[in-house]
Amino acid sequence: MIPVTLEHYLIVSVLMFSLGLAGVMLRRNALVVFMSLELMLNASNLALVAFSRFNGNLHGQIFVFFIITVAAAEVAVGLAIIVALFRRRQTVQVDEINSMRL
Amino acid sequence: MEDVSGLLWRVLAGPLSAAVVIWLLCHKSKFYADFGPVMERQMAWIVAIIFLTGSTWFAYSAFSAVRDGAALDNQPLYQFLSVGDLDFSINWSLDKLSGLMLMVVCGVSLCIMVYSIGYMHDDPGISRFFAKLSFFVFSMFGIVLSGNFLMMFIFWELVGVSSYLLIGYWYERPAAAEAGKKAFLVNRIGDFGFLLGILMLWGITGEVNFVGVKNQLAAHAVDPNLLAVATVLIFCGAVGKSAQFPLHVWLPDAMEGPTPVSALIHAATMVAAGVYMLCRVSFLVFGSPVAMEIIAWTGGITALMAALIATQQNDIKRILAYSTLSQLGYMVMAVGLSDPHGSGYMPAMFHLSTHAFFKALLFLSAGSVIIALHHSEQDIWKMGGLLKKMPITAACFAVGTLALCGFPFMSGFYSKEAILGLAHERNHGLYVLATATAGLTAFYMFRCFFVAFLGKTRGEHAGKAKESGWVVLVPLIVLAAASIFGGWFGIPEWLVENNAISAEHAPQIVMIAALAAFAIGAGAAVALYARGAVADPLNRLPVISWVLRNKFFFDEIYMVLVKVGQGTLAWLCGFVDRWIIAGLVVRGLTATTRGAGQTLRLFQTGNVQTYALWFAAGATILLYCLVR
Repeated sequence: MIPVTLEHYLIVSVLMFSLGLAGVMLRRNALVVFMSLELMLNASNLALVAFSRFNGNLHGQIFVFFIITVAAAEVAVGLAIIVALFRRRQTVQVDEINSMRL
Repeated sequence: MEDVSGLLWRVLAGPLSAAVVIWLLCHKSKFYADFGPVMERQMAWIVAIIFLTGSTWFAYSAFSAVRDGAALDNQPLYQFLSVGDLDFSINWSLDKLSGLMLMVVCGVSLCIMVYSIGYMHDDPGISRFFAKLSFFVFSMFGIVLSGNFLMMFIFWELVGVSSYLLIGYWYERPAAAEAGKKAFLVNRIGDFGFLLGILMLWGITGEVNFVGVKNQLAAHAVDPNLLAVATVLIFCGAVGKSAQFPLHVWLPDAMEGPTPVSALIHAATMVAAGVYMLCRVSFLVFGSPVAMEIIAWTGGITALMAALIATQQNDIKRILAYSTLSQLGYMVMAVGLSDPHGSGYMPAMFHLSTHAFFKALLFLSAGSVIIALHHSEQDIWKMGGLLKKMPITAACFAVGTLALCGFPFMSGFYSKEAILGLAHERNHGLYVLATATAGLTAFYMFRCFFVAFLGKTRGEHAGKAKESGWVVLVPLIVLAAASIFGGWFGIPEWLVENNAISAEHAPQIVMIAALAAFAIGAGAAVALYARGAVADPLNRLPVISWVLRNKFFFDEIYMVLVKVGQGTLAWLCGFVDRWIIAGLVVRGLTATTRGAGQTLRLFQTGNVQTYALWFAAGATILLYCLVR
């Protein structure tokens, strides 16, 4: 059995981050975009925890706590925005929301 | 000398307060339009004449003080302006020169004010007229009395303004309004030179005071070329104001003003201010032979040219205007020819004084004729036969004519002889020219007299002409007396300290030549016009008459010059403005900004995901740069 090393964790993290980024840029539904964003955050969390274990200290994990806190706040704000948006425009498709164009 | 300078303040205050009082009380002002004028409009002349009489009294006191040997010690009376090194105070110059000029101005303007009562009687703007006339007299006193260049320049401009106002007095006539504008603009050219000359002198000597400049020039050696340039520039002022050769075009047009104005301003006093100024700065003029040469020739050319034009004019006032030009040319020539160690500026000032009287007389007689013709006819060919209908006016005009032509024992005879004698002594070319001009003067003046006053009546207005009232005739008679006896007052002795010089008379030959010129000119006029000609026989001379009637085409030449010069300049300015400033600089700036905006606008799609793409791309590039 192959021992699981730092590289494996990082590769998984990069894959998750890329999937999240692709979702953010390509999906049209705002909720899905939002979920993809969470995926990107969790990908970075995975990388940070892996580094923490690799270095034998808790620095990375402290960052993770912060990111989880910020992500929770961001989910609250982001979902509120999406709800408000839906109430106003009756849609959550991001390509239909382009009134900021000049 | 506190006494004398106090007198001078009062001399100046008289006409100025008259102008203010008339303007506030006799003139209907928009500030109290509901009340109308406080005093009757006709009261204006009473105010003007009372104040002017007062001024004349003080002026006479000042004149007597000079006669008794008082001299102003040139103390600054009041500091007007102090900027850096320039310390400009008000000070007077009161000496024999300004005393004489003061008397001439007072005498002529009093006569003309009285005359104006009759001339302007039916004019609705009579209060405006007297206010402006009083203001003019104030400015003229200012020129005569000012003791430094700056003060003189200020009053010089004020005189120009009042001249402008009075030429355009009948502003509803387009010709009058145009003439006022022309006079103002042409004078501006001369005044520009005058101001440059003053600045240059100030640069050379650091003084603007006449006495100060004189002392500085005497104390320090100055580059004669520099001095000549400054003198010629100052002479430019006189060229404008005294209507000398290149800038003479405004004076004939100024005849659009009322006749008393033409008499006072454009014949007797203001146009003589240029000559007076040259005499005032004679210390400067005499110090520079080159400038004197230029001045003399300018004057001589003006004298001859104007006399030639006058022979073919038909408007009675224009004939007199060209004759004024010609006589002013004489005076300027006399300044240029003066003998600094002999008679000085005496001949010029002498002729100025006598000319003031007889030219005012001629203009006022012409005005009297114009009154008789109901202000509607000025063409001498439509007059004729006026001698019987208005004998006193005709006699006065005849006296003026004889005095102007230098008939023996009239005032003009003495002053002209002084100038001709001077020319004979100093420059033979100019002497011949001046004698020829004297002959022409006799010719055109007698032509005017014969055509207007003798022969048969030719116009409908002339048939019904009546002699003017006494208020018009009394000033005429006073001025006629002055024109006859003006040569006997001893003006030359007054102006020249050294009695031996002033008693000197020109050589016999000069007098004989002058009389011969007079006889030839007058004889030619008698032969051509005395027998009741109906049209000018000289009209048959093809080219000459045409050229002279059109005044040597000066107006047309200037028009073309202005069109070509100004047109080219305007085109150039327009090109620079339109293509360089507006096109390259202003439009270039906006085009760059606009283009940048247009390009950057493409990034603002309004789609969040596009922004995310840019953000990700940017972050990637940043990361790449950091890690590399």
